[in-house]
Amino acid sequence: MSIKLTLPLKKEDIKTLKAGDSVTLSGELYTARDAAHKRFYEMVENGEKLPINVENQTIYYVGPAPAKEGAVIGPCGPTSSYRMDKYTPMLLDMGLSAMIGKGERSDEVINSIVRNGAVYFAAIGGAAALISKSVVKDEPVCFEDLGTEAVHKYTVKDFPCIVAIDSLGNDVYKR
Amino acid sequence: MREIKAIDIKNAVKALFISLNCEIGDDITNALKKALSEEESDTAKAVLTQLLENNAVAKEEQIPICQDTGMAVLFVEYGDKVIIDGDFEEAINQGVKEAYTDGYLRKSVVDDPVFDRKNTNDNTPAVIHTRIVSGETLRITAGCKGFGSENMSKTKMLSPSAGVEGVKNFVLETVKTAGPNPCPPIVVGVGIGGTFEQAAVMSKKATFRSVNSENEDVRYAELERELQSIINNMNIGPAGLGGKTSALKVNIEYAPTHIASIPVAVNICCHACRHKSIEL
Repeated sequence: MSIKLTLPLKKEDIKTLKAGDSVTLSGELYTARDAAHKRFYEMVENGEKLPINVENQTIYYVGPAPAKEGAVIGPCGPTSSYRMDKYTPMLLDMGLSAMIGKGERSDEVINSIVRNGAVYFAAIGGAAALISKSVVKDEPVCFEDLGTEAVHKYTVKDFPCIVAIDSLGNDVYKR
Repeated sequence: MREIKAIDIKNAVKALFISLNCEIGDDITNALKKALSEEESDTAKAVLTQLLENNAVAKEEQIPICQDTGMAVLFVEYGDKVIIDGDFEEAINQGVKEAYTDGYLRKSVVDDPVFDRKNTNDNTPAVIHTRIVSGETLRITAGCKGFGSENMSKTKMLSPSAGVEGVKNFVLETVKTAGPNPCPPIVVGVGIGGTFEQAAVMSKKATFRSVNSENEDVRYAELERELQSIINNMNIGPAGLGGKTSALKVNIEYAPTHIASIPVAVNICCHACRHKSIEL
């Protein structure tokens, strides 16, 4: 059975999650992938304020396909997370509490997850058409010039994920 | 000589890319179903069930199977008795452009790899491999290659002394290092021999072969089976969450090579191994 979770996650909820748990997520999250992460990183380095407050938020690594007329969103499965590893510890230290992607993370990211009591979820790569059914609302937030890589806010309902790395650093991919 | 209209090529390429992005081949569906019947872990079964359901939804609604609708790759066998009333590559790129624009496919191509990385906004240019053959038909095999798996691919030049063991080790090491990243269960394309670039092209071509096919040379067919069996014992599993199904197939293509080398290329494709062929 899946554990039902509401976004934004509470710190006490995160502590109860164990690597391998099946969960469904409902609530609001932000999207960001390679190009948006690079911008976040450069903005912080330049002492600029980020266009979103990441504190207690969840970031989903996704670049959707275009929506057909009448659809909320196009297919929107996870992209490989390791490409965000360079930028992730900084965001976690700024208060980001959860990430959704697919695949392994670096030791630096895992240490940062533990240090900040965060969590990393895996969605099923290549299940993009199905995952799009979990998105009930899609609003653009910033970096619209990045096209599919722009930052959006999704409202999701029962988005199925697996706890890939829990707040103690247990990693479902290390077997 | 036989004339083929550029507009017919454009329309055929457009239809191919929309269809292959939304409808997975029966060979993959059957391989996923077989895997589901053989898996024991609940997680692996749940993932495979989601993938089958996903592919059914995509076909039903004519939406892409995966948001990464890839780079367009085409292998064209161009009959030497064919005349086209226009520009061949332009016709293909126009077909790709219209498919990705009118077919709600993601535009994932940037114009410059290092400096600008500006999206071309129509998913062109396509990667086109053309071979001139005798005859009066144009045979196009097209696929969309997602980069989650493309990024996990590798090429290596081995010494002849490395032999078949060296080839096996390199393939297995590449798959193991890729782990959960390329969206397993994967299709492993292996190109052996030729030159550096020929091995890579063959490995891509191998991923465009049906998972029901095998190499015509019994020794290479046996190597395909042996590698798949070892990979399926790595416990990578569907979505990398463990299980018996890590590779749906290993396909090998080979070619004559130099006395000093065994070039090997491993091109990994995700479970959404999307390709189709047509003949004009």
